[in-house]
Amino acid sequence: MKKDKLIIAKKKFDSRLIVGTGKYKSMSECAKAIKMSGAEIVTVAVRRVNISNKNKPLLMDYIDPKKITYLPNTAGCFNSKDALRTLRLAREIGGWKLVKLEVLGDKTNLFPDMIETLKTTEVLAKEGFRVMVYCNDDPLMAKRLENSGADAIMPLAAPIGSGLGILNKINIQIIRKQTKLPVIIDAGLGQASDAAIAMELGCDGVLVNTAIAKAKKPFEMALAFKNAVIAGRQSYNSGRIGKTLMGNPSSPTEGII
Amino acid sequence: MKKIKIKVNGKVKTVLNNSKLSDLLNNLNIPLKKVAIELNQEIIDKKRTINIKLKKDDKIEIVHFIGGG
Repeated sequence: MKKDKLIIAKKKFDSRLIVGTGKYKSMSECAKAIKMSGAEIVTVAVRRVNISNKNKPLLMDYIDPKKITYLPNTAGCFNSKDALRTLRLAREIGGWKLVKLEVLGDKTNLFPDMIETLKTTEVLAKEGFRVMVYCNDDPLMAKRLENSGADAIMPLAAPIGSGLGILNKINIQIIRKQTKLPVIIDAGLGQASDAAIAMELGCDGVLVNTAIAKAKKPFEMALAFKNAVIAGRQSYNSGRIGKTLMGNPSSPTEGII
Repeated sequence: MKKIKIKVNGKVKTVLNNSKLSDLLNNLNIPLKKVAIELNQEIIDKKRTINIKLKKDDKIEIVHFIGGG
């Protein structure tokens, strides 16, 4: 079978599951869940160093950035200025050019502000960043993002952390069909089957954080998501049967005694 | 020696006037390879912290990666 790799900004990955590193009880729990998920890319946030506690453990001590691709995000940014500042700092930490942009517009539903997002994508692309962009499930906005220089389109399934699963399958399929860029479902998945559905819709990958980190058994859920993404992709590549209104017997109708 | 007040990650700190940024980072035990530094909203080249003298009311931000979705 031909190797079916995920390609983002010319980089190849075997795993189509990207996981977030937030909301875990501890860094060791986070590191183990990542291992179980098989993810090769993890999102990370940029925050102030705690200068009053010098011995606080660092994420890099638990998740080796040489082995796992860090994808710095702009979580918590509500305008272009803050998002640009955050990602320029992220790049400075160690040369990270592949980044995830998210500019939020509302504190309660956490939907993206697409006007600020588009503006920021354009600036980042000009500065040499490779930008994966969190966006709403609007095909028109997705097209605009592509024209602004995005490297991956990351439409939400549902509000961040909501666990509702994919709310608008039709829009996701339109977004997938109209672009050459990778489409990664980002935000709102609740269980492994949601990831399988995303892959069956033709998406190139999924990003999951809360559904794994806040599951009663995060390690088992990480493994479930890993398997679901693989199963969903295999199902998509295998070409599903058409849907019919009436039944169609599975056994031959000839030779019935 | 004259002392000045600066802000590091939002907290007021007192340092000697004209002391170097590199001294401050050393005192705070900052692992340079794992952070990025801003001085008054401008990103600082980490190799040049020894050349930067701190002045009154300087605002320094030291950031790193933490868990996030």
